[in-house]
Amino acid sequence: MTLPLRAPHDIAAPGIGGVGESTLRPDGTLKVKGEFAYASDLWAEGMLWGATLRSPHPRARIVSIDTAPALAHPGVRAVLTHEDVPGRKHYGLDLTWDQPVLAIGEVRHQGEAIALVAADHPETARRALDKIAIEWEILEPLTDARRAAFDPSYPQVQDRPNPARHQPVRVGDVEAVRAGAEVVVTGTYEVGIQDQAFLGPESGLAVPAEDGGIELYVATQWMHNDLKQIGPCLGLPEERIRMTLSGVGGAFGGREDLSMQIHAAMLALHTGAPVKMMYNRHESFFGHVHRHPAQMRYEYGASRDGKILYADVEIVLDGGAYTSATLNVVGNAASLGVGPYEIPNVKIDAYGVYTNNPPCGAMRGFGAVQACFAYESMMDKLGDACGIDPVTIRRTNAASQGSALATGQIIHAPLPMKDMLAQARDLPMPAPLDSSDIRNLPGGASQTTHGEGVRRGVGYGVGLKNICFSEGYDDYSTARVRLEVIGGVATALVHTAAAEVGQGLVTIEAQIARTELGIENVVIHPADNQVGSAGSSSASRQSYMTGGSVQAACWAVRDRLFTLVDGLYDDLSLAGGKIISASRGVIASIEDVLGDRVIEETREYHHHPTTGMDPVTGQGDTHTQVALCVHRAVVDVDVELGLVKVVELAAVQDVGKILNRLSLEGQIHGGTAQGLGLAVMEEIVVSDGKVRNPSFTDYLIPTILDMPPMRLEILENADPRAPYGLRGAGEPPTLSSTPAIVAAIRDATGLALHRVPVRPEHITG
Amino acid sequence: MEFLRPTTWAEALAAKADQPEAVPIQGGTDVMVEINFDVHRPPALLDLNQVGELATWSREGDTYRVGAGLPYVTIIEELGGVLPGLAQASRTVGSPQIRNRGTVGGNLGAASPAGDSHPPLLAAGAVVEVESRARGVRMIPAHEFYLGVKRSALEPDELIRAVRVEAARGPQYFSKVGTRNAMVIAVCSFSVALHPGERRVGTGIGSAAPTPRRALEAEEFLAGELDWDARLDSAVLKRFGELCSRAASPIDDVRGTADYRRHAIAVMARRTLTWAWNDYRKVRAA
Repeated sequence: MTLPLRAPHDIAAPGIGGVGESTLRPDGTLKVKGEFAYASDLWAEGMLWGATLRSPHPRARIVSIDTAPALAHPGVRAVLTHEDVPGRKHYGLDLTWDQPVLAIGEVRHQGEAIALVAADHPETARRALDKIAIEWEILEPLTDARRAAFDPSYPQVQDRPNPARHQPVRVGDVEAVRAGAEVVVTGTYEVGIQDQAFLGPESGLAVPAEDGGIELYVATQWMHNDLKQIGPCLGLPEERIRMTLSGVGGAFGGREDLSMQIHAAMLALHTGAPVKMMYNRHESFFGHVHRHPAQMRYEYGASRDGKILYADVEIVLDGGAYTSATLNVVGNAASLGVGPYEIPNVKIDAYGVYTNNPPCGAMRGFGAVQACFAYESMMDKLGDACGIDPVTIRRTNAASQGSALATGQIIHAPLPMKDMLAQARDLPMPAPLDSSDIRNLPGGASQTTHGEGVRRGVGYGVGLKNICFSEGYDDYSTARVRLEVIGGVATALVHTAAAEVGQGLVTIEAQIARTELGIENVVIHPADNQVGSAGSSSASRQSYMTGGSVQAACWAVRDRLFTLVDGLYDDLSLAGGKIISASRGVIASIEDVLGDRVIEETREYHHHPTTGMDPVTGQGDTHTQVALCVHRAVVDVDVELGLVKVVELAAVQDVGKILNRLSLEGQIHGGTAQGLGLAVMEEIVVSDGKVRNPSFTDYLIPTILDMPPMRLEILENADPRAPYGLRGAGEPPTLSSTPAIVAAIRDATGLALHRVPVRPEHITG
Repeated sequence: MEFLRPTTWAEALAAKADQPEAVPIQGGTDVMVEINFDVHRPPALLDLNQVGELATWSREGDTYRVGAGLPYVTIIEELGGVLPGLAQASRTVGSPQIRNRGTVGGNLGAASPAGDSHPPLLAAGAVVEVESRARGVRMIPAHEFYLGVKRSALEPDELIRAVRVEAARGPQYFSKVGTRNAMVIAVCSFSVALHPGERRVGTGIGSAAPTPRRALEAEEFLAGELDWDARLDSAVLKRFGELCSRAASPIDDVRGTADYRRHAIAVMARRTLTWAWNDYRKVRAA
């Protein structure tokens, strides 16, 4: 094997902190200093560079394709098309197998991969792409998501019919109670396409192995699920594919689908040389799926005092040409379509459709983010109609422990939503506008105002997110923990396949091992597929699931260690490097008992089982856990120019148990910032199926001058089913910050604002 | 691709004369981005960053000569008092890293309608100093410099040496709309400069027409209607906004709509003129 330079290696986790301490990240200093090895830094002796030819058209037939001129280009070592895919020609995130590895006679979205080139220089590869001659028959793109959902005569986008999924939810009888509602409010809402905008573009290295297999170094979110797709497409058994996670520069769902994995492996197997592929920013916008855009119609009926009687909801989510995560996005949107509110009569219809728009799939909070913007907008609208303030209208209808979700699932753990809303409301307000420094004003240093036209607004948002995979999926995690004495000190090696994507997981793994084994020295093995699946670094699930598996493996190691202790004790524990009897005090040091033995245990952790959603009523115990975040947003809006400055975002979030406050606050800040982006600037703008802004010049993400300081109140009401009582924390703030900010803009402007992101021209009219 | 690195101005002019297709780099914050995106593959790059004299400024009487290679950060730090409009515009360019590297010379060379330095140069009546080996120095008034989208009056063998701007004799303001509070390309921008000695108001519109341009009709209107001894009349202010808006010929694009740009130009025109006028009256009263 050619070992790549800058390949991932064991990480000695610094610090001595256990669970609950703000231990620093092992990768933190390296990242700040620019020394962290990301996937784009991979390099191997004699490697080639791969490049991808992508479709300029959203929908077209490939009449003919001529690769000969590209192959004749000096320095080019391979040009591959779908004919060269060794195994299955299609893959799919949720094993839906509908996405071609390389286009077969037809393209269904702009940027669809058609052919691959390997060359001795990246620029050579790029130039060779231009020499692949394709004769096109260009077709009218199918871009109308509502027609795709409801019009049976609308042409099919791919082999599978529209909609990809329709999930109804039925509770009570909306039709029977509709006439009896004293107050009825309706709203139509839209969410634009948001991009994950991770800073490390798709990259990886494929190295052919002597056994005919392949070594893959990639930045991904779930290696074992990649493997289930890569293996069949390459025609290789899984054991001949060795995957190692390389440095991941952010993910947010965008690395759940495969990008360059199969492509680089095909080129490496074909040429017999290591092949590196690295997208640039432009290609990255086409190299991964985005957040589903949504069109939503809501109608709520209520009594005059604001108690909701019924909800009638229709949600259409545009998944683009291939399935990706659409089925689960629809499941989330349907099951969480009215959020954390008690509503006796519910009719929800959520649809996910195929179109020739950009492909959409997983992104932080998927399905729930879109619905949250709509249901929170509806809560404000209902409050207005009843003359009730935003906090009270939400408290009037708030769910709590023991309430049923729209699916009928009973919330088993504490959900102190009413208190959290009051807490958010009662936090001190930020200081009044100080217009003496223009950087405090909307527009900032661009000096669009000295205070003219600026109005302040306050808004609230509440978001409920399912944690871990839902609908009957057993997304277990596996951890292997090895305890031995190294250099006279008891040291644990923690080995999982879980992806550190920047969220701080490896820090938490080490903290758990320290706490459970009572030691200080912990080393994190690179994540690879030489250990069982850890599931995906998504759905806010890794602290819960891989945290759970590391804890379980540590317990197994601990129990074996105890069997080495002379004498009979049934009250042993580990702390401070010692084995301690509750009745007799310190028995021995771990090092003395362990000697030169090595204890290694591997454990799986499975969460409480869930069920699917009933296909007709949507009922079922579908979620593992739900988590809540409440935001209060304060904004200053220049109402004449339509520019927004978010002044403060306060959040109250219940996380069950704080494992690492520093990391956790980073997650809440980051999730909130991503929700802010969706509220006021982030959108992939599409016309006729084509992306108009595939760059960071025109796809704007918040800067430090856009993201305000936060006030955080973090609660710890334990979920009895979860390790340490914790709740997943990464996604809920992404849900609630968007509607809170839009509510604040509405408060400042008096406008209805039914679409995010809110653009200046939406405010100026 | 050839990479030419002259170290003196004479060498730079010679290189440009010998290879007129060479693309000058003066900072590189624009040219290099376009090369990265493979927008251009110029046969040669002419790196002017080694020509030290370009990164300086000097004063000749009341006129400041800003070298083509003077980074924005220096304009902000050293010339903010005398060239306030240009300094304010410089402050809105990119991030601190870009302002350390980017230059007015580069901005002029690119001649993008969205370039931040153009409106204040137009409003202040700046003059672009260009030079060629064959014909020597040529002075081009800013309002004659911009010819089309990313097209200027620069001849193929000419290089921009400096821009000459008179020290402000009255208040100047620059204002730029972007959809983010920092690091953003202008959706549209506007600059105003009072010239009390001439009883004239200069204007500059950015990112709302194929080129940066003055609102000539609005300037003429103020020259006729503005009472320099009185408070600003609200009807005059409103009309000024309308005329500035009318001077723009914006398009719908991914950054904003034409209607919004017209609207925003009017708002910025009214606001910047009000700020300038209030400053002017304050100075006179003091």
